Amino acid sequence: MDRLLNLMTLLSAVLIVLVLRSVRRAHIRVEYSVSWLGAAAAVLLLSRSYKALEKIAELAGIADPPLALVLIVGCLFLIVFYRFSIIISDLKDANISLAQRVAILEYHLRAFHENKQAQPSGPSR
Amino acid sequence: MNNPSAERSLLIIIPAFNEEASVGKVVTEIREVIPGVPVIVIDDCSIDATASVAEAAGARVLRLPHHLGLGGGVQAGYKLAYELGYEYVIRLDGDGQHDPRDIPRIYEALLTSSCQMVIGSRFIQGNAVPTSFFRGLGVQFFRLILRPILGQWVRDPTSGFVGVNRQALQVFSTSFPLEYPEIEALVVLQRRAFRFLEVPCRMRRRMAGRSSITAVKSVYYILHVLLGVFVNILKFERWRWRR
Repeated sequence: MDRLLNLMTLLSAVLIVLVLRSVRRAHIRVEYSVSWLGAAAAVLLLSRSYKALEKIAELAGIADPPLALVLIVGCLFLIVFYRFSIIISDLKDANISLAQRVAILEYHLRAFHENKQAQPSGPSR
Repeated sequence: MNNPSAERSLLIIIPAFNEEASVGKVVTEIREVIPGVPVIVIDDCSIDATASVAEAAGARVLRLPHHLGLGGGVQAGYKLAYELGYEYVIRLDGDGQHDPRDIPRIYEALLTSSCQMVIGSRFIQGNAVPTSFFRGLGVQFFRLILRPILGQWVRDPTSGFVGVNRQALQVFSTSFPLEYPEIEALVVLQRRAFRFLEVPCRMRRRMAGRSSITAVKSVYYILHVLLGVFVNILKFERWRWRR
């Protein structure tokens, strides 16, 4: 099971590096990297802290502490996915409203220009 | 139908996505049936000549900057109609399946009944074009689901040939289902104690193109709409408890 913990350590370290790299390249905004970094840091710390894992496994009634880490990873990432589903839904709503507003404003603008062109021009001085 | 008051109070909207082969004919037919009544085609970012064909046929075009899907497009039309002050809006599809000669019947029902929505139903006089077995089954399924929720039978819950008055316009401007709007829209209205009526309408074969609904999409459609109906009921309960 040590191998599983080592693998978790490696994966969480890779995730931290990947997220930080993406933030540096502006592929992920800082505010959206916090959830990933928090989850990866938690997994990294727990995978290196066997005593804490034993305690959690005992509380959860899991015989094997590394399996408790797998459960924690699952829960953490479900929370991250849930948070991002909320963010994506909000963004989609905002995007739809904006697209509709842009279309309506463009419609009004075109109608305004057409009306202006249709009006006879005043006497020139 | 050709009177100034109708011209001021009624707007026809046609959501269209890549319908260049049919939308022009639909607009022309509408203008023949109800001359003088404005027609707005909502172009859902088509990649073909839908917008220019519609304009050439005499419609105004509301151009969406990117593809929003049916619900997003129809809601944009409702928002515009509400802002422009229209009293009644009738929506029909751009593929030519809805017969514009039925528009006066829907408008008449909107004017004379106190209902906020009038649905053009294919099934009242049995004048529907033959549909697939599974689609027929789906319609029957939603009839049964909606009966206890709406408190009345709706024969054609998936009809896109719909007229609404200004009260419904106000509601739909702020709250309108975005992906498969027809059935959920009924629930949205019912939750606000609004009423609807069905009138018979003719259904024709689409003038061009093919339906985008495949077998897999049908299953997704059913699940999506069921969830949407359920969520709308929950929303209403929360709203009622807060009062």
